[in-house]
Amino acid sequence: MAVGSLPSRGRRISAFFFRHPRWKLLLLLAPAVLWLVVVYLGSIAGLLRQSFWSIEEFTGLIDRTFTLSTYLQLVQEPANRDIIVRTATLAASVTVLCAVLAFPLAYYMARFATARMKTFLYLAVLMPLWSSYLVRALSWRQILAEDGILRWTLRKVHLDGVVDVILAAPLLGGSSLISSRFSLVLVFTYLWLPFMILPLETALERVPRSFLEASSDLGARPGLTFRRVVLPLAKPGLVAGSIFTFSLTLGDFILPSMFGTSAYILGQQVYVQQGVAGNDPLAAAFTFVALVIMVVYLFLARRAGAFEAL
Amino acid sequence: MAFIYFPLAVIALYAFTTQSSSFTFPPPGLTTEWFGVALGQSSMWTALRLSLTVASVATVTSLLLGALLAAAAYRARFFGRDALAFVVVLPIALPGIVTGIALRSTADQFGLPIGFWTIVIGHATFCIVIVYNNVVARLRRMSPNAVEASGDLGASGWQTFRWVIWPNVATAVLAGGVLAFALSFDEIIVTTFTRGSEPTLPIYIYSSLFRPRNKPVTNVVALLAIAVTFVPVLIAQLLTRDRESVR
Repeated sequence: MAVGSLPSRGRRISAFFFRHPRWKLLLLLAPAVLWLVVVYLGSIAGLLRQSFWSIEEFTGLIDRTFTLSTYLQLVQEPANRDIIVRTATLAASVTVLCAVLAFPLAYYMARFATARMKTFLYLAVLMPLWSSYLVRALSWRQILAEDGILRWTLRKVHLDGVVDVILAAPLLGGSSLISSRFSLVLVFTYLWLPFMILPLETALERVPRSFLEASSDLGARPGLTFRRVVLPLAKPGLVAGSIFTFSLTLGDFILPSMFGTSAYILGQQVYVQQGVAGNDPLAAAFTFVALVIMVVYLFLARRAGAFEAL
Repeated sequence: MAFIYFPLAVIALYAFTTQSSSFTFPPPGLTTEWFGVALGQSSMWTALRLSLTVASVATVTSLLLGALLAAAAYRARFFGRDALAFVVVLPIALPGIVTGIALRSTADQFGLPIGFWTIVIGHATFCIVIVYNNVVARLRRMSPNAVEASGDLGASGWQTFRWVIWPNVATAVLAGGVLAFALSFDEIIVTTFTRGSEPTLPIYIYSSLFRPRNKPVTNVVALLAIAVTFVPVLIAQLLTRDRESVR
């Protein structure tokens, strides 16, 4: 463009947006906000509405009048309460196990690994997050199969009895490895472990080395330094990781159909009520239990500073 | 590490076993016949094609929405910004079952047809945050002066975008797109609720799990599913290696 000529229309438009940043902002924001609010939050509102409907006993049809009876049914029936307790216990145990297993590796990555090693470990931990979780669950069915790899390995080292001990244990047992609670917890922990390692590593990396030195200079033993210095500073990472381990366990219905006992957890109950049983209102109400648990959890997590560690 | 990668090796091994319905170790013999059976199933190809189409459309949608959102939110301060940041992470922070059943029941209430487009909508919803996180992290590291300098030197809005902004964010957009694609391609929980009668590839794999015979065929299909996502994702990770894109 020649010097001194009038600005072109395109340039006038960009100048307008530069001088009126609010308009630019609005244009950029509108599509995604509309999508998230209308499609996503809107359909959650639709689900909420449905959870206040009920199902007619005899016809099996959905009665679209407002009622609390579905929620009452959810709270009053012992079977339903059991499902909620069982699911929360499962999600909590998986979360704790993930945290315990993730800590050593995350600590090593954050503190001792060389730059090359760290990049390698980081990629190695990250990659499974983007590969099919179904495929990895499938492989555990084959590892844990009767006469499969696990049994074979244990027999080779003469620890075959361990399996029988696990199967007979009251809280972990079952009729075979695949249909034991133990395997369900094991596979969940395996699958969600990277979700815990990554934010934990980020948080641990931010702990200044000088803090640890100061703590030991002031006479604290390693155990005390860990409890009073490292752990509080790692907390945002732990909480961020637990959001995923907890939430993913809470709503899963695929894994519990592949592993574990026949006792339902929440995700399965939602799946069955919505699909086979055709009781959409009850499925919606169960989903809302999970949703409320997670939203409360998220608010607490945000207060703990976990969102910066995500 | 072994704990994380060993299972994939197991899938590969049992794709070759001669047993049709059990997985003893070591396998009694090896064969390649399952590959022929798996690749000869037309239903498998239909499922693969559906998964690829859904993932492509969902990726393009989430790229547009996520990148625009990132451009708007990375530096500006506005009313509701924190609330928006909260809503963006909700689709991945809440259990997938919430997104799935909410979309399904709302579509049912409005009498909308369940099928290709409902799957795409479900996937795009949780893919937005992946693209957003990748792009916003890159934009935050870009100097705001560069854009102003470009304008001062007489560049048009398009020229500034093409020669200043795009070179900076291109790899982040690409990485976000690849990750969104992988996530959509492998998704099963949301899809269970939003699909019509046609299965996507993960649903196809899942329903073949409980078949009593020809079990290794499932392993062959699983290997195919891994191959579709693993290589692009590895490349995407190397593109954004300075570890800014956890999710």
